[in-house]
Amino acid sequence: MKHVVKILSLLVAVSAFWIVLLQAAIVPQSHTLLLPIYFVVSLGCYGLLMVGIGIMQFPTCPQEADLLNHDIAEAKDFLSTNGIDIGTY
Amino acid sequence: MADENETKGEGKHKYSIIVPTYNERLNIALIVYLIFKHLRDVDFEIIVVDDGSPDGTQEIVKQLQHLYGEDRILSSVFVFVMMQLLRARAKKLGLGTAYIHGLKHATGDFVVIMDADLSHHPKYLPSFIKKQLETNASIVTGTRYVKGGGVHGWNLMRKLTSRGANVLAQTLLWPGVSDLTGSFRLYKKSVLEDVISSCVSKGYVFQMEMIVRATRKGYHIEEVPITFVDRVFGTSKLGGSEIVEYLKGLIYLLLTT
Repeated sequence: MKHVVKILSLLVAVSAFWIVLLQAAIVPQSHTLLLPIYFVVSLGCYGLLMVGIGIMQFPTCPQEADLLNHDIAEAKDFLSTNGIDIGTY
Repeated sequence: MADENETKGEGKHKYSIIVPTYNERLNIALIVYLIFKHLRDVDFEIIVVDDGSPDGTQEIVKQLQHLYGEDRILSSVFVFVMMQLLRARAKKLGLGTAYIHGLKHATGDFVVIMDADLSHHPKYLPSFIKKQLETNASIVTGTRYVKGGGVHGWNLMRKLTSRGANVLAQTLLWPGVSDLTGSFRLYKKSVLEDVISSCVSKGYVFQMEMIVRATRKGYHIEEVPITFVDRVFGTSKLGGSEIVEYLKGLIYLLLTT
């Protein structure tokens, strides 16, 4: 099943549930009508929260730059002593 | 032959490492040295797929072949017939074709793809291989976004776009991997052939399409942390058009996978 079909069927199921809630009127209709808006807003907030957390926890590796430079120097050394023309870089 | 190896357990595996290059004259030599350094007891071959570089990449590869042996380093120049708008853009457009071209020459039962600009460090190759042997995964993909991995060389803005793009892609696509646009991956050769035949995108969306299609097809995918040192970032900008391309790619993947 295509992914978009999965998502759409999920949305359809949720919408059906919402309509049933509206009809059944267990909760006052004015509240129920606003549910989709609450849902979209909380989804947006969740997304922003995930982005924020992600940025705060973003793994960095400053030592890797040094390690890389070290590896590059080692490689250049080996290559030039073995006749590979590295040129003027 | 692959089945025979699996039933034996510690069977003989050969790893074909495909490195697409464009003007990576120095970097390709460094990468080759580092690969040989970190894969001492492993049977592998390096396939350099050069996109007609004018900077002498092909000459350097010939010298490396002379040093390391022509059976360990294969190279091929493929003529890229496309409108070359920007060099960086042309490079991105050629990626899928480069892999397909490289695959034709691969004699291993596993294929590794990696970038030539040293953002992918060959020192992680053993961890890819180990993970695959432990789990018998079809694909092992490197992820920069977990503990043990990381990125160096990105400013806050770049991290923000990366993180935002990732959250959006996770929400829409449920891809099953933490790093969608990463291109440091190990594939079983048959799996790569299968997945690549159904991908049509270009550039980094291509990388996303590969991993999403693999997930949809039910392939077993594992991740290993990798570090990514971005030395090019200062010169290339992540502009508005890139973001639009990404969003278009996301919607395309949402609708067609």
